[in-house]
Amino acid sequence: MQTPLTSRVFSGLNVRLESVLVLLGLALAMAIFAPDFLSLSNFLNILLATAVIGVLAIAATFVLCAAGLDLSLGSVLAVAGVVSGVLCVNLGLPWFLGLLGGLLAGGLLGAVNGLLIARAGIPAFIVTLGMLSVARGLALIISDGKPVYGLPPVITFLGQGRFLGVPMPVWIFLALVVVFHLILSRTRFGRYTLVIGDNEMAARVTGIDVPAHKIRLYVLSGTLAGLAGLLFAARVNAADPTAGVSYELSAITAAVIGGTNLFGGRGTVIGTLIGALIMGILQNGLNLMAVPSFYQQVAIGTILVLAVWLDRVRDRRRV
Amino acid sequence: MSTLLELHNVTKRFGPVEVLKGVSFSLEAGEILGLLGDNGAGKSTLMKIITGIYSLEGGEIIFSGKPIPYPQHNPREARALGIEMIYQDLALAKQQDVAANIFLGQEPTYRFLGFWPMIDKAKMETAAQAAIARLGARIPSVKYPVGQLSGGQQQSVAIARALTFNPKLVIMDEPTAALAVREVEHVLDLARELKRQGISVILISHRLPDVFAVSDRIIVLRQGTVVADEHTAQTSMNNVVAHIVGAH
Ligand SMILES: Nc1ncnc2c1ncn2[C@@H]1O[C@H](COP(=O)(O)OP(=O)(O)O)[C@@H](O)[C@H]1O
Ligand SMILES: [Mg+2]
Repeated sequence: MQTPLTSRVFSGLNVRLESVLVLLGLALAMAIFAPDFLSLSNFLNILLATAVIGVLAIAATFVLCAAGLDLSLGSVLAVAGVVSGVLCVNLGLPWFLGLLGGLLAGGLLGAVNGLLIARAGIPAFIVTLGMLSVARGLALIISDGKPVYGLPPVITFLGQGRFLGVPMPVWIFLALVVVFHLILSRTRFGRYTLVIGDNEMAARVTGIDVPAHKIRLYVLSGTLAGLAGLLFAARVNAADPTAGVSYELSAITAAVIGGTNLFGGRGTVIGTLIGALIMGILQNGLNLMAVPSFYQQVAIGTILVLAVWLDRVRDRRRV
Repeated sequence: MSTLLELHNVTKRFGPVEVLKGVSFSLEAGEILGLLGDNGAGKSTLMKIITGIYSLEGGEIIFSGKPIPYPQHNPREARALGIEMIYQDLALAKQQDVAANIFLGQEPTYRFLGFWPMIDKAKMETAAQAAIARLGARIPSVKYPVGQLSGGQQQSVAIARALTFNPKLVIMDEPTAALAVREVEHVLDLARELKRQGISVILISHRLPDVFAVSDRIIVLRQGTVVADEHTAQTSMNNVVAHIVGAH
């Protein structure tokens, strides 16, 4: 038996070597073939374009690690956006109530997901598929089907402002990556998330309150989706009830490309960051090379399947 | 000797199936009890009631002189009381490493930046290494995912987890089923060692010679009832087998 190369090289961060190599290879290829790829401002563009999906992907990572699934991320994103838009613009409340309202709306919908999954025992696929539809409907109802324009300056600063030349959404996204990477890899909360996804019985017999933990996970997922919704609305200066359609699939794709086990028990937030960057760089580079977006979709889908296939091959080799 | 565990008329059903039909027995501190019975007799279910995985329907269980409060009883409470169990399927998280499994649910933490509790990996790995060494088990590294270890090594991890926090009662559900001969001897030695330390053991096994080798007393469960409760020295394998298959 020998230690797999990946865990020897990146044991500190628990990141798959393959993901890093793909990321570097892709960046190198783009640097050679795509005009203007190699510049600080383009690099920040990539991060900015990745931030919203990236925040959702952090949520997806936690839920997938626990062998759960949250298909409602994109719809919850929209609800949070329009709730804060309606609170700030239509009702004229101060900006912080708008932010708080958006986050609470996301957390609340997450709590509903969690309760139905952990207490009522309905499969996560069904519950969150239902929520995908319900939350989208709620977003349209709350906003009367129209985008809310004219968000308060403090909120738009979070989407459009810069600090030290770096866009605010990038700061927020990277801060979340660091914090949630530590939570998943170093805290009991993260450990129990992985163990529940690995073997729920192992979690139960060692005294972990599995249903309570699952509920917390879906609340976290909803709250992060809410935050993503606020960032998105802030960036485009409009709370759009149709925002974020199918974003949950991109988020799950980023997590899985980054090494998260779709069936639970393994995953890291840094890995997910790499997964999201692979997708971001691919899109950005192909855009710069003026490759039509249809091809980008083919490329991302192919990478997703390749990532999982690589995993299979390696797992088989291990045993 | 003092009585550690008393079961009075414990009943349990899964839907229409009455799995336990009024089970009563008691266990002294430092006693090794062999629990025998055919497949489906209800042994694992009974033990999972003691560890709080299931609640009971009727009856009462007294541990260390206090009634266990059902249905609130749960695995966390059981561990706090000093009840540990090595499960038949081991209940290990296969993608997590050895240290993580041994300390599951009781990870040592330190305060990162002075306020943020984080798992103390270094401390955990050292302690896990020591726990494995105490068992005389050989594991390449406590950083290995448990799923990459052999059956016997995985068994050692499950045992180490059960022994880490000074239990009063250790329940072993078929601990030798997947083991090589040398490893079986280890488990039996371990049961004797626990007894020497005053820890009670309930040993469930299909291997009668093992049970006869280490137990003080033997209980036979048949279709959810206790059909024999005898001192090991005063019974025979033939007699016990007859009870198991219902020939009495
Ligand atoms: N969770 C469960 N749900 C329904 N029936 C169960 C469950 N667990 C065990 N049983 C049934 O209870 C009976 C006793 O099982 P068990 O306690 O595992 O027996 P043993 O450990 O003695 O082989 C069996 O008929 C089994 O099918
Ligand atoms: Mg059994």
